[in-house]
Amino acid sequence: MIAEKSIIKRLGNQLFFTGPTMVLFTVAVLVPFAYGFYLTLMKMTSPVSPLEFSGIANYRSAFNDPQFWDSMWLTVKYVGATIVFVNVIGFALAYLVTSGIRSQNFFRTALFTPNLIGGLVLGYIWQFIFVQSLPMIGEKLGIEVLRLGWLGDELLAFWALVIVTIWQSAGYMMIIFIAGLISVPRDIIEASTIDGANGWQRLVKMTLPLMIPSFVVTVFLTLKNAFMVYDINFALTEGGPYNSTMMVSMHVVQKAFLEVNYGVGQAEAIILFVIVAVVTGLQVYFSKRMEVQA
Amino acid sequence: MAVRRLASLSITYALLVVAFVCFTFPFFLLIVNSFKTNGDILENPFSIPKVLDFSRFSEVIEKMNFLVTFKNTFVITTLSVILILILSAMTAHYLVRNATKFNQTFFAILVASMIIPFQSIMIPLIYIYGAKLNLIETAPVTLLIALYIGFGSAFSVFIYHGFIKSIPLELEEASLIDGCTRRQTFFKIVLPMLAPTSVTIAILNVLWIWNDYLLPSLILTKEQDFTMPIKMKVFNGTYMNDWQLLIPAILLTILPILVAYLIGQRYIIRGVMQGAIK
Repeated sequence: MIAEKSIIKRLGNQLFFTGPTMVLFTVAVLVPFAYGFYLTLMKMTSPVSPLEFSGIANYRSAFNDPQFWDSMWLTVKYVGATIVFVNVIGFALAYLVTSGIRSQNFFRTALFTPNLIGGLVLGYIWQFIFVQSLPMIGEKLGIEVLRLGWLGDELLAFWALVIVTIWQSAGYMMIIFIAGLISVPRDIIEASTIDGANGWQRLVKMTLPLMIPSFVVTVFLTLKNAFMVYDINFALTEGGPYNSTMMVSMHVVQKAFLEVNYGVGQAEAIILFVIVAVVTGLQVYFSKRMEVQA
Repeated sequence: MAVRRLASLSITYALLVVAFVCFTFPFFLLIVNSFKTNGDILENPFSIPKVLDFSRFSEVIEKMNFLVTFKNTFVITTLSVILILILSAMTAHYLVRNATKFNQTFFAILVASMIIPFQSIMIPLIYIYGAKLNLIETAPVTLLIALYIGFGSAFSVFIYHGFIKSIPLELEEASLIDGCTRRQTFFKIVLPMLAPTSVTIAILNVLWIWNDYLLPSLILTKEQDFTMPIKMKVFNGTYMNDWQLLIPAILLTILPILVAYLIGQRYIIRGVMQGAIK
């Protein structure tokens, strides 16, 4: 610790070094977050009209909003599907590109590329694929599933969202898994080989348990990203057909800014926050307990 | 043994080639179709263009007001990221070297705030800075940059904090004894040593801000301020299903970041890896 002699100098340095961050963090995060709770207790007919105290009426409307809970349930299914596929595929890719083959850097670079593109543009790219390209292939090869317009069908549109999410984030998770795989001690793997373990046994009994710290990070990231998904949802399906693929973020944006209902929208956003905080908290707590020492 | 090794090697390659095709064919589709007319696109999206016709690129550049849009995105991203780097490094350094009760609490709040989803602060944000203070009307770009610094600071301070703890204190003490002030010590001794960490933080923040859609879509209401994702959204609404214009527009929108990736791929991959380990 470095301490200045005079109090004034110390205060000056504290303000100089931490002041700007403190002010901007407060302005961007703390004030809106606190004000958000206050907003949920208020009633306003339009964004410019004065606030009236309304107690828990907004929360009651949020709990009784069937569309909100439909979108929440859909989001939960989406979270489940993306966690499984993104992590399994991300890990498999990482395993392949750390197996010591020659062009592994080339593959790492290529597989990471989709992650550079924002969700919105990504949604438009895949709209072209689902609307124009896949039906063409289906037609020519006679594959019925591809011939259908995926985005016009409730179930297929949901899986289209999952596929695009995998495409976007598997490469990112791959990089995190590579960092984990590189740090798995060589001698342990060699020892198990000498003891007669085959490739599959080495993977399941040695590598995977040692990779739990990486999985804590990747599951946390996929979980958080999936709960908050907006851009891909908005650009690829716009919630359609007939709102059947509207996830919870999109519902909140719609409630607040299109139906101009800030109070109920914010109450739903707070419910979302509580669910995300509880789920990610439990995930980190339980997966930390699974960690083993090498 | 050699046969088995060869077999596993070829399976690895086969799987990677399949993955490679799955992950890159959308880029292939974008490139071949940006030279085609609607007729050719509808007939076969996978065919190679007969002629390299750049005319629709110039049409899109004009219709998207591409140069202005690019400049907006560039200015907002660069200013936000540079300020995030300097301010977060300063804060993290001070928090590590002066671990008072107050500073420890501040750091704990910063870290805890990373769990807050943007959706749960966006409505009050728009209410306060839009309806109440009217900054969305009077100073949208400044507001946006200030918000990016505020949102980005938690993660960036967290990463710097972890790294600064590993820098020996003796270096700074030596410079203080030699007569440098705290500020000089930070800018001349500490900040240069943070360069590798700064690269990591810069890359992650650039990717986030360059591609961000929801926040700027709520704050930037005037056309002359639009960033690329917002412009792309408006363009998509205007030329719905007019793929001969949409595809070149998409390609142009992602081109800057793809070029940057081609140049700095080693640093980017390493940066993401470093960011994840912390």
